[in-house]
Amino acid sequence: MSAIIEVTGVTKTFGKVTAVDDASFTVEENRIYGLLGRNGAGKTTLMQLITGQDFVTSGDIRVFGQSPVENASVLQRISFIKESQKYPEDFKVKHVFRSAPWFFADWDAAFAEQLIEEFRLPLDRRIKKLSRGQLSSIGVIVGLASRAPLTFFDEPYLGLDAVARQLFYDRLLEDYAEHPRTVVLSTHLIDEVSNLLEHVLVIDRGRIIIDEDAESLRGSASTIVGTRAAVDEFVGARPVLHRDAIGGLASVTVAGLDAAGRSAAKAAGLELVPVSLQQLVIQKTNTTEQEFEASA
Amino acid sequence: MDESRPIFVQIAEQIENDIIAGGLSEESQVPSTNEFAAFYRINPATALKGVSLLVDEGILYKKRGIGMFVATGARERLQTQRRERFSTEFVRPLLDEAAKLGIGSRELADMIREEDRA
Repeated sequence: MSAIIEVTGVTKTFGKVTAVDDASFTVEENRIYGLLGRNGAGKTTLMQLITGQDFVTSGDIRVFGQSPVENASVLQRISFIKESQKYPEDFKVKHVFRSAPWFFADWDAAFAEQLIEEFRLPLDRRIKKLSRGQLSSIGVIVGLASRAPLTFFDEPYLGLDAVARQLFYDRLLEDYAEHPRTVVLSTHLIDEVSNLLEHVLVIDRGRIIIDEDAESLRGSASTIVGTRAAVDEFVGARPVLHRDAIGGLASVTVAGLDAAGRSAAKAAGLELVPVSLQQLVIQKTNTTEQEFEASA
Repeated sequence: MDESRPIFVQIAEQIENDIIAGGLSEESQVPSTNEFAAFYRINPATALKGVSLLVDEGILYKKRGIGMFVATGARERLQTQRRERFSTEFVRPLLDEAAKLGIGSRELADMIREEDRA
């Protein structure tokens, strides 16, 4: 395993706004990463920095071991699919697919054709006339068919219906299995993609707050439901991520419950409710550090 | 897939169930990790982890360059394992719930017999 992205102490400010705040992490080769966070958390800024489209205020970014800024040998190995890709005025859909091979060495025209058919994209229509979903389909197809060693999808499916999104996930998994590459998927539809991810990065207010394997994250929290007294007694000194109460009932999400903890909870007559990745991220990004520490 | 347990454990269980039910017979080839990944819509690394779990337990074995196969005796071993867990996983919770509702063990036994006849 080798790191193909190394981000070290990166900060990016726009005037008084700190969009990325002292972020450090690495991205390993040939894995699917989820870059998750709320709107405005800094996901897009971070991807723009990594793909050399913007300059860091401080810190260092290495992609394939080099700085990405104005670096053709790095940038030609990257495919960055943006939420709001702009195309030349009067471009038709077919022009996008005719010009894409110029930029991507590993472009697979047959795969692109198959996807165009599956997504039912009208090749002769002007880009301006496309629906939001069709516009997203173009991005998804370019991102998949480019087979770039490092592919970013930034909220790639605005306006895509559930069928088209599922198609995207299925084709991504199939093609990734056959042609392993590094994929960074930025999204707030966490539940939909959580099983596709091998590693999860969560950014909140510019800071990386979670950098963990998807599998270990999945088991990292449990919600305990029962009478308030029983829940409180069980929770004791465990770190609390989230607390809800109604009447005499309490529901508390705690970190790291092992098998012994699970059976102890059951023995105490408490109910254990699984915490999805999405709930975990919501709870972690809703709670301030102070609240987190105070409740622990 | 349920959210409460690791996906790779669930993948391993699905394969086990298939072996116990006879869908995957001994010495037959199991699907590739990529096929599992596509079918369950999970990351291939997760599928590999599930399959590896069964390789470590000797339920599956690897033929170099060909794929994964069900080991001889796997079905019997899995059945034995499941029988051992049956009491803690099914009988105990049943008795606990019955006790909560004031159902005695004799009444419970009658209910089981009745249900079995139906």
